[in-house]
Amino acid sequence: MGIVFNKGGLFTTVQDYGRMGHQNLGFHVCGVMDRHSYWVANLLVDNTDREAVLEFTINGPTLYFTSDTVICITGGDFDPKINGESIPMYTAVEAHKGDELEMGFCRSGTWGYIAFAGGLDVPVVMGSRSTDIKCKLGGVEGRPIKDGDEIAFLSNVKSLHLMKERKLESPDYGSDVVDIRVTMGPQDDHFTEEGIDTFLNSEFSVTSQCDRMGYRLEGPVIEHNELGADIISDGIAKGAIQVPNSGQPIIMMSDRQTLGGYTKIANVISVDIPKVAQCRYPQKIRFSRVSVEEAQRIYGMERERLRLLNRRFIKKSIWHRLFNRWNM
Amino acid sequence: MAIEYPRILPTGDRALTVELGNEIDEHINARLMGLIKILSAERIKGIEEFVPSFCSVLIHYNPAILSYTKMTEIVNRAIATPVQEGARHKRVVKIPVCYGGQFGPDIEDVAEHAGISVEEVIKIHTSEPYLVYMLGFQPGFPYLGGLDERIYTPRLETPRIRLEAGSVGIGGAQTGLYPMESPGGWRIIGVTPVRCYNPDKDVPIPYMAGDHIKFESITKEEFEELRKLDLDGGYNFEVTE
Repeated sequence: MGIVFNKGGLFTTVQDYGRMGHQNLGFHVCGVMDRHSYWVANLLVDNTDREAVLEFTINGPTLYFTSDTVICITGGDFDPKINGESIPMYTAVEAHKGDELEMGFCRSGTWGYIAFAGGLDVPVVMGSRSTDIKCKLGGVEGRPIKDGDEIAFLSNVKSLHLMKERKLESPDYGSDVVDIRVTMGPQDDHFTEEGIDTFLNSEFSVTSQCDRMGYRLEGPVIEHNELGADIISDGIAKGAIQVPNSGQPIIMMSDRQTLGGYTKIANVISVDIPKVAQCRYPQKIRFSRVSVEEAQRIYGMERERLRLLNRRFIKKSIWHRLFNRWNM
Repeated sequence: MAIEYPRILPTGDRALTVELGNEIDEHINARLMGLIKILSAERIKGIEEFVPSFCSVLIHYNPAILSYTKMTEIVNRAIATPVQEGARHKRVVKIPVCYGGQFGPDIEDVAEHAGISVEEVIKIHTSEPYLVYMLGFQPGFPYLGGLDERIYTPRLETPRIRLEAGSVGIGGAQTGLYPMESPGGWRIIGVTPVRCYNPDKDVPIPYMAGDHIKFESITKEEFEELRKLDLDGGYNFEVTE
């Protein structure tokens, strides 16, 4: 019982929250690029906030079901179809044994997600099911999905209660300029006042050099002061905005290296990292600064919103209370 | 512009960086390890992980449990806690290496550059334990301090596309090993037959930042024996504390 891939798609991997707790040894965190879409997909099919999903880009996979399940597709618009008929995104949908699910080309956004009720049965490696392509860890043999691959489900779910209510609005990824909030630092003291000004008052184009490691942007040169662009290597958080000597920013994403030797002018706030992830060439990004306290308040609101939704769907049994906690 | 250390730098809304200095120095690194030890021992709910580097540590935390203000309080309190000298012990992990020949294609360059024999290069390289300042670049890649100046050797002009897992090399004033197959520009002087990267083990990497690594010269025969032992799952690293 599970899924079989007719087509793996261009770059489809199993991802979850990420492989945390081993960065001190140099292991990349990996995990989904867009945590918001990931959480919403899992939430609508009653999964936990750490369950593994499929992530894909540009050209999604085609697969068929060898048993019944409930799925939810979120993220970029890949025009999903079951047996040739369009199905809604951001909605829990029942899929039956023998059905064929086809994801097309990405029409907006960059990354798509499919959550399966009960989750995907791939081995947990060092606390996570996320695929680490570079280290060949996790997911399906540590690599992207190929034609013919099979993945089993962790449990058999034919339907969920309140099926009709399990839907949310799809986000709009189409705006020409995307507003992204950041907290300044850790190395904002390596930039001139003009440099900071350029960073906060310009538009930066998303280039075609974007992958799971990082997004390269292009815009006016962000000027360093005499302290320069190189630092003694230190840890890199997700969403860190590195500015090397070129003055062109790079936003560090899920597969980033754990350590790096370039100045980081600012860090994208948690709630806006998914928006960065869904950007694509030739969209533009405009940065604005908020305090860390404000960023944490915004994250708290988002967390509360998702937890409320989760409580609405989850049956109020002790079992569910125990095993379906949304700590985020 | 005089900067006072230690200092805490915001790093997004779910991490912060604590800097204890801005130089690569054994004492600063030791203080850093002490700080991490104090904070880990407290088992504070909401602190997710510590990512140490040469002279700073990135601390990941869950903002739903700990606010930035609360985190800075916790870190400042830990910084003010005196480190007991006795608590600092030296953990040394021994790593067997077969030097030269097919395993160390660049060892003669290193010897020539230093104006000494290959035997002397091996003797120097295995004489003292090296401090593991941090791990990064790839899982288990140690940034080691303490290489003897006599065998400093510039990196290759053109990096190799593929280095065997376990390759031990010298790059400028640094020495270290590549736990995984990878490209690399260091001068390769030997290979260890045992895996320093093994995700199937409970402890996937045998050393951590703050430990020491001591290389030991082995023969080709010992190399084959140890490789077999390691692949059978029977090899345990020799550790002295």
